Amino acid sequence: MWSDGRIAPSTLSIKDLPWQIHWDRQQCTMCGRCTAVCPVNAIEMGVHRQRLIETPVGLTEAPSNVYGVYYGIRQRTDPAYACVGCAMCTLVCPNDCIIPCRSDETDKLKYHINRGGQPRRRGGRRNVPGGVLDQIKFIRISMLTDPALDAGRHEFELRTLLGRVLPPEENLELLRDEGWIPPVREIYPLMIGGMSFGALSPNMWEGLQMGVAYLNEELNMPVRMCTGEGGCPPRLLRSRFLKYVILQIASGYFGWDEVIRDIPEMKEDPCAIEIKYGQGAKPGDGGLLMWYKVSQLIAAIRGVPQGVSLPSPPTHQTKYSIEESVAKMIQSMYMAWGFRVPVYPKISGTTTALSVLNNLTRNPYAAALAIDGEDGGTGAAYNVSMNHMGHPIASNIRDCYLNLVKLGKQNEIPLFAGGGVGKSGNLAANAAALIMLGASGVQIGKYIMQAAAGCLGSESDRCNICNIGICPKGITSQDPRLDRRLDPEQVAERVVDVFLSFDTELKKIMAPLGRSTSLPIGMSDAIGINDKAAAERLEIKYVV
Amino acid sequence: MCRLIAITSEAPMSPMTAIHALDVMKEGHDGSGVGLFLSDLSGPFQELNGAPILSGIFTNPGIKRLDGFMMEVGFLTKYKISIKVPKTAPPGVPRRDMYLIRAYEYPETWEGLSESEIQHRLMNIRLQLRQMGEEHQDMIVFSFWPDVIMIKEIGDPMAVAEYLQLDRPELQARVIMGQGRQNTNYAINLYACHPFFIQGVATMTNGENTAFVPIREFLMSRGFPGYMGYQSDSEVFTHILHFILTHLGLGIDAYKHVITPLQDEDLDRHPNGRFLKHLKHTCRRLIIDGPNCVIGALPDKTLFVVQDRKKLRPGIVGGKPGLYAISSEMCGLDAAIPDRDKSKDFQPMYLDTAYIRPDRQEVTICGQMEELPLLH
Repeated sequence: MWSDGRIAPSTLSIKDLPWQIHWDRQQCTMCGRCTAVCPVNAIEMGVHRQRLIETPVGLTEAPSNVYGVYYGIRQRTDPAYACVGCAMCTLVCPNDCIIPCRSDETDKLKYHINRGGQPRRRGGRRNVPGGVLDQIKFIRISMLTDPALDAGRHEFELRTLLGRVLPPEENLELLRDEGWIPPVREIYPLMIGGMSFGALSPNMWEGLQMGVAYLNEELNMPVRMCTGEGGCPPRLLRSRFLKYVILQIASGYFGWDEVIRDIPEMKEDPCAIEIKYGQGAKPGDGGLLMWYKVSQLIAAIRGVPQGVSLPSPPTHQTKYSIEESVAKMIQSMYMAWGFRVPVYPKISGTTTALSVLNNLTRNPYAAALAIDGEDGGTGAAYNVSMNHMGHPIASNIRDCYLNLVKLGKQNEIPLFAGGGVGKSGNLAANAAALIMLGASGVQIGKYIMQAAAGCLGSESDRCNICNIGICPKGITSQDPRLDRRLDPEQVAERVVDVFLSFDTELKKIMAPLGRSTSLPIGMSDAIGINDKAAAERLEIKYVV
Repeated sequence: MCRLIAITSEAPMSPMTAIHALDVMKEGHDGSGVGLFLSDLSGPFQELNGAPILSGIFTNPGIKRLDGFMMEVGFLTKYKISIKVPKTAPPGVPRRDMYLIRAYEYPETWEGLSESEIQHRLMNIRLQLRQMGEEHQDMIVFSFWPDVIMIKEIGDPMAVAEYLQLDRPELQARVIMGQGRQNTNYAINLYACHPFFIQGVATMTNGENTAFVPIREFLMSRGFPGYMGYQSDSEVFTHILHFILTHLGLGIDAYKHVITPLQDEDLDRHPNGRFLKHLKHTCRRLIIDGPNCVIGALPDKTLFVVQDRKKLRPGIVGGKPGLYAISSEMCGLDAAIPDRDKSKDFQPMYLDTAYIRPDRQEVTICGQMEELPLLH
């Protein structure tokens, strides 16, 4: 811009952007790979004018100017094309001469990403790194009075139950009288939470499914994966692998025509049905698949036209109260599979979780309650929902567990916790902390994208463009040119790596606590935190 | 680690037999306390026809409050033992006003009540007394049950036994359990002293219970008033057994299936696999991880011993027809029954439940992989 030129309110300089691209002219080969790969076209080829001063030796000739050009890249400052920091340019650069760097102060871009009055929408998690789960330590180490176990050699049973468990008296009586006992699945305590076919690319979804199948069939680890709201490919519905799948039904009912049609063809029952009432990333808001991602395949599976945005309503429109939702929806789902499949609701973390739970305790069919905390990830949501709405998972799960203890139903309705588990990379520690606070198991979504497919997103607002189908890693895009960057076989391999290493780490936590025969659900005497207020709130030990 | 001895004998024996055995095993306890459970009593207590016996420790004002309370409920003293202790207590033993062992006549208004109702009321009275005692620190109540005497005190077992003159003939019994305590808490609370008792079920344990908190939470939320206390993490073993026997109607063979269930692949091969899987799922919160050796007595006077699944505390059972003992150490067993066939001694391992029925003719070993005699 010229110094006397016009500026608009949203005219920004590179300094005002969250990411500044550092480019080294000396090393650049001008190959153009960076500009080609950039998902948001933040960089373009630049022809830079340059003035050179020539000063000849001697006094005969006067110094002069020479105007020349050089070629390179230029970072765009239009808010619509601001760099997202994904660093794909760095990844593809043969000479390591380009890298986005985080601005040294809060960016000015955030005031301008609402063109046309449209607030910012994005994918990812709440943009706040860290959290209380990372601060929880395991403090009850078996020393002398109780021998610690050997994580590598002792037999371990890392299993949890998904399903309504009856009180022992009632269960044994029904067993004697051949009565109906609610179905209960014995599963691995770490499951892959609901990420829809649509939010994820076909390659990513296939990779996850293959990994889960391998864990089950080759490694005897009963890992389960939830479909999210978006249906399930018919090929999977009709396969024996369906038993590793939790089918999710949500307020848009996307894909359920196909599911219902396929029931007679199913060789196996699904593991469970999850009714999604809410999710942690956008509590009180429905699912959102933006038009960019509604490809022909996705449209076919969901039973919708191609290329339209698919916002699910915030609530199930056919229900007007929790009693209805709980009583009717759960029961209809049970009926659809002949009362052989557990059905449970998933809600977002909220202060009203206790009311929901109390309602479930009175419903003999409710198989579990999944709670997704404020740090849950998503493929698309309004930035404001993601950053400012929702309830932290730790205190929510603890309150619910202690409430169950009060009712004597702590073994009867399993609680599943999600939302920011493994956010800082400490998956096993976070999961174990939640289990000891009272969760029967944990759900992960974003973590598996990061670990199994190399998702670049972060809580420092890096990348986070899952919503518009241009995921540079091909994880959340529906564009075959991007998807093909991801090899499903390799994703599957990474899924197996993640679960195996998690398994070892969980054992490394449990064994020194002297536990191995059963998951230490609610073993709150084993954990502590160096934050007095948090310790009091969670009813665990305060340690300094 | 604590030291444990349990003896069952056709001929009544003095509790001193158990105390001697504990004394032999002295290396393993620090003399911080002793607990005794006596049942299948002989002498005057045998003649009481099921009258409940109250055992506890009282201050003088406590006794007055007890008498007032019992009169109000309608209990009349039928028989009592007064333990007059010497003026000076041995080192470490607190000075008490009264060690009470008193049998009561049932109130007339209780006539015609069902057995389970009577049992429930007896337990509630014990709990009420315990609560009254905790309010004023003037009563400690161990048991209130027919044919059961319990004595607990802080101090070295032998010194306490001599001080309380436990060799008296009225205290002879056919089933005796004793624990020499190795204290792991700072403040010694007699309610934390083994054996623990609830409605005819008594157990004592060696080791620490890693799964204590979730188990305690589960038991306390059963809505059963007797599941309380838990000054010791071992008390849950008594209550788990009571829960299995009374709430689930199962036998001692099921005990290990609840506290240390088989792994899934074993359950698949087990003749009662389906039943046991349901038991495992519904009683999941009662699973222990050890290290524990649990020795106990059932309401029918059967003695048993079980181990946890991995860590295993020492435990041995042996004897001869008419006289058997379970001990945490072989030397304790030697002291109690020196003239037995030692080749028949048995140390239960991770799948075994060893028990001696009230006829005292043999040690029965029940493996967890065996079919359950369920419907008894």
